Amino acid sequence: MSNYEPIIGLEVHVQLKTNSKMFCRSANAESAEPNVHICEVCTGQPGALPVINREAVKKAVMVGLALDCEVSEYSKFDRKNYFYPDLPKGYQISQFDMPINGKGKLGKIGITRAHLEEDAGKLIHPEKGNHSLVDLNRAGTPLLEIVSEPDIRSAEEAKQYLQELQNIMRYLGVSDADMEKGQLRCDANISLRKIGQTKLPAYKVEIKNMNSFRSVEKALNFEIKRQTAMLDEATTPAMETRGWVDDKNITVSQRSKEESQDYRYFPEPDLPVLHFTKEYLDEIKRSMPELPAQRKQRFSSEFGLKVSGALDTTIAYKELGEYFEHVATELDEWMDSDGIPDQERDKYMNLSANWVTGPFLSAINERNILPSDSSIEEENFAELVKLIGQGRVSNLAAKGVFAKMFATGEDPSNILDSLGLQQVSDESVILAAVQKVIAENPKGVADAKTKGEKSFGFLVGQTMKELKGKGNPQKINEILKKELLS
Amino acid sequence: MDFTDLTIKSASELLSQKKVSALELAQMSLKRIKEVDDKLHAFLYVAEKESLESAKHTDEMIIADHEHSALTGIPYAVKDNILVKGMQATAASKILENYKATFDATVIRKLKQVSPTMMGKTNLDEFGMGVSTENSAFGPTKNPYDLSRVPGGSSGGSAAAVAAGEVLFALGTDTGGSSRQPASFCGVVGFKPTYGRASRHGLIALGSSLDQPGILAKTVEDTATIFQIMAGQDELDTTTLPKPVPDYSKFLKENLKGLKIGVPKEYFAAGLDPEVKTIIEQGIKKFEELGAQVSEMSLPNVKYALSAYYIILPVEISANLSRYDGIRFGLSAPGKNLEEVYYNTRSAGFGAEPKRRIMIGTYASSAGYYDAYYKKAKLAQGLIRDDFKKAFEKVDLIVTPTSPNVAFKFGEKTSNPLSAYLEDIFTGPLNIAGIPGLVVPGGLTKQGLPVGIQLIANHFAEEKLFMAGHALEQSLNLKLKPNI
Repeated sequence: MSNYEPIIGLEVHVQLKTNSKMFCRSANAESAEPNVHICEVCTGQPGALPVINREAVKKAVMVGLALDCEVSEYSKFDRKNYFYPDLPKGYQISQFDMPINGKGKLGKIGITRAHLEEDAGKLIHPEKGNHSLVDLNRAGTPLLEIVSEPDIRSAEEAKQYLQELQNIMRYLGVSDADMEKGQLRCDANISLRKIGQTKLPAYKVEIKNMNSFRSVEKALNFEIKRQTAMLDEATTPAMETRGWVDDKNITVSQRSKEESQDYRYFPEPDLPVLHFTKEYLDEIKRSMPELPAQRKQRFSSEFGLKVSGALDTTIAYKELGEYFEHVATELDEWMDSDGIPDQERDKYMNLSANWVTGPFLSAINERNILPSDSSIEEENFAELVKLIGQGRVSNLAAKGVFAKMFATGEDPSNILDSLGLQQVSDESVILAAVQKVIAENPKGVADAKTKGEKSFGFLVGQTMKELKGKGNPQKINEILKKELLS
Repeated sequence: MDFTDLTIKSASELLSQKKVSALELAQMSLKRIKEVDDKLHAFLYVAEKESLESAKHTDEMIIADHEHSALTGIPYAVKDNILVKGMQATAASKILENYKATFDATVIRKLKQVSPTMMGKTNLDEFGMGVSTENSAFGPTKNPYDLSRVPGGSSGGSAAAVAAGEVLFALGTDTGGSSRQPASFCGVVGFKPTYGRASRHGLIALGSSLDQPGILAKTVEDTATIFQIMAGQDELDTTTLPKPVPDYSKFLKENLKGLKIGVPKEYFAAGLDPEVKTIIEQGIKKFEELGAQVSEMSLPNVKYALSAYYIILPVEISANLSRYDGIRFGLSAPGKNLEEVYYNTRSAGFGAEPKRRIMIGTYASSAGYYDAYYKKAKLAQGLIRDDFKKAFEKVDLIVTPTSPNVAFKFGEKTSNPLSAYLEDIFTGPLNIAGIPGLVVPGGLTKQGLPVGIQLIANHFAEEKLFMAGHALEQSLNLKLKPNI
């Protein structure tokens, strides 16, 4: 057991999904061809002036509201000055002391601020030749930088925070926030302190180059080990920036923080101060989409979802939740019209949640498609759940039906008919089979009578064989019990 | 007809009467440029082919439309830090020597809608940093009244071109006096609008919070005509404001009854050339004769304006000039690595004054100095704005000298940059306060050098400048013309 606790804060950059860039009309879009989504503004031509993208501001405010941030009445942009070939103007338009979003929180983790800025371009370093190339398609696209308080205490918690953040971005529709695609980028600050201490450590290490949730978790765990070993030897880790090397599973030193850069922030004179009126904020509040926490509450109350694992999964994956909601609505309508009693309804809902988050999720993940892109229509999915719930198809057979539905999009009743998989629940048919089995297996009957219900297995199996595998096992059990033990 | 005697108004009347065509006006302008510009060097680029083509097209249009705007077919010039699509835009810097504009500045786009004829690009101090055009990387412009003297700056090329009758008007820019001080030195009208009244889109930025497009013209009425086209909100410059633009021609009156004019005593302190002082005082007397009420007043914090100006401006310059890095356009000097490319490009591309101001601005915005310099300067800016705000509660206009002196000799102020910075002492406060100013010729010194009178108005009160300036000009009836 370690004597230290990690102090972790995350700086997350989220690419906002807008039609045009942060300060010009060039498309905010990817392109295989370099330098196609560019104009005089985002290439930093002399005489060009930035114009604030209202959509980006609105999306930034939406994130602020979702993270319980204080949205200031006034906000302004500043120039962050540094030279680099991917930064066309020699300064980045960012926000320094008046960010759009102030203090907020995501669960237990405090948010320091969330501000708007423009992204830089990309440098391409060809293997041959002694030059580099600049692609400015990404230059000037809107970024929201979300800075957390150093409230995170483990790598696992850091990963969870990021996943929740990603989920919120997707719910708000402001970003796809895919880490692998660079739509969500994360730098971490980490240090360790002795358990029981309350002051922040005198050092911190910045970790960069983490391109997936997994690498964030792995990099932080690596750092925790590395720093623990150093502290155990009474060495304070250096203030530095370290890069995560994914294929080696280590962090390596990149540059010392002692030589930290002076960005000479000063107010951007080309842009007016932003003024957020109450009316503007109220309008955004009114139009805010449902957030994960709200949906979770609604699903559990509206659909009576009790299976917390399945519930969490439908919440954690926005589109899956939407798919589930459609299935559940179909089921609801059917149950309303058929007058299904309350205790039964919960059974159907949980069954549908389990099927959506189980076989369905595996299948779409395997194909790497969105729930809405699967060939199973929600109405058909609901029907399958109904058939399972009514005992008209066994769980095992249902898996086969599901596979066929997923492959062809056919409706489940048709599949059942064509495969002859309709489960036999008709009591008279089962009784006849049971009576036949009892007559033909005196030894088994004797066994069952002496050892009781737990030795029914053999007779159930024989009956099932008689029914060509389509008998409802529960019904068979019931009838056997009646025939033998009463 | 003598081309050098024409104003926009008179030329436009001749066009209407078919006594002259746009093509003939362009040809006369080109002829005059060929006659005098070897001596003056007002132009960095003469758009001979483009102007003739454009003028021919304009004539066809006039015939087709049977009518034209006051600026149609009028030959004009553009300071070379204002973008005209497809044409050079050097800002008189080596670093942009081969740069061609990819779009039209908004002021150019608006002017093109009424089809004046663009004759070329005029000289300036590099990026607008200077008061004499001596900081141009391509050699200075000379004053048409005395070729051994500077035309003022930074819009010296534009002022000299108008004064010498090469064109009927020219666009300048004004960050601290760059359109007004050369107007004073060259005996023409110079104008700077309220910050936010005209678009900066397409002006190569110097001090973004101070820059405005400016006008150099022969008469106040001409100036108002041009500004009528230029003024107004621009969606591409979000520091412009959505204020309606009045019809300025309605304000051009002959008497100024009831107009309250303030004369700030701080502007007449020691250091003001006695001859300049006399000419300004004569102008003030004229205002009284025209019916204005003149009173002495005070702007106690204006003494901080120059200090604030030379902090705020360099800080903005240090960032605005960062884009000239040899990576995407302009001069690019090779180097062994990235740092060397930056170093070699910027060392070779920038002249001494840009380098000086980049260094001052970088210093004043650095961690640990920002509060002491930039923040203090912004505080001073607030005080100066308040001074003017209070003043304009009592008066309609303020009248001052434009420069403490007349056009000086080449080399006189190059050894001491500070003495050149003092040239902005009367003009810079307007940019710091964001208010408009108009310079009207007030007379000639015994040596025959022009002196301009500066009129200052409140935010968005340009019409008062035109009203008083026009009345003064009519009443003085100077008709200045250099002998060149």
